[in-house]
Amino acid sequence: MIPGISITEILTLTSILFFIGIYGFITRTNLISMLISVEIIMNSTVINFVIINKYLYPELLQGVVYSIFIIAVAAAETALAVAIIINLYKQISSVDVKETETLKY
Amino acid sequence: MEKYIFYVLALIMIISAIASVSSRKMLRSVVYLLFVLIGIAGIYFMADYNFLAAIQLTVYAGGIIVLIIFSVLLVHHIDMELEVAKKSKRIITALTCLIGLGVFLTTIYSHPFVETTAAVTTTTADIGFALLSTKAGGFILPFEVISILLLAVMIGAIIIAKGEDGAEDQPKETPLVKQEKSVEKKEELLENEVTV
Repeated sequence: MIPGISITEILTLTSILFFIGIYGFITRTNLISMLISVEIIMNSTVINFVIINKYLYPELLQGVVYSIFIIAVAAAETALAVAIIINLYKQISSVDVKETETLKY
Repeated sequence: MEKYIFYVLALIMIISAIASVSSRKMLRSVVYLLFVLIGIAGIYFMADYNFLAAIQLTVYAGGIIVLIIFSVLLVHHIDMELEVAKKSKRIITALTCLIGLGVFLTTIYSHPFVETTAAVTTTTADIGFALLSTKAGGFILPFEVISILLLAVMIGAIIIAKGEDGAEDQPKETPLVKQEKSVEKKEELLENEVTV
């Protein structure tokens, strides 16, 4: 645990980050900006896993292992999303969600 | 001392996150995201999870940021400014987020957390043994599933980014290729003449 810092303060920080990410996800219309917002959301939840593990059950490892899995899935998701965005840009020359109307045909 | 470091980190992270979701320049917003991710790595360091902090720095700050910057440079003009949403939409979203944040914070502050004061240092070896343990509570199965997922994503990303039909992927007849082909033809002709 971090000396002098209670768990509620860190959870407050992660909640603020989470809602900043949601705000960006809703207001942005660019696909890459939405991807950035999703990264912020995912990172704030990962901090929650780690901090709850550290403060409440420091002898267990579940939170750490799950956060490693989340980071791996997030990296995979980002790589795939970037591939899709680049392919979309090749087809419609835009990465704006308003102009993304068709999936394939 | 740790208290002030945490508050400074938290301030940097919140300001960078707000700047990241509201900046109108694409590349700047990615760089603000980088600050947020490094701040999160700092929190992991303060919580004494050195391995996680190293993963955060290498995977996020090293890998994902570079990936996003590359995609921004590929699909976006740098001096173009992003369009912002309508003001009413922004205000409504901000209000909804504030309400949600209020719900979260009331729940957090009303729940009695039983904090332990035991200082347990988790070494990287512990995490490795937990990941590869086949006993009850071990994580060998999800570990292998993640490896298969990464393989599938690698193949999928290559195929998606390459385009679906193979017709346009064939090497086009660039001048160099044509030259090589003509050289090959000449050599064949020469060989034929020699054999004749």
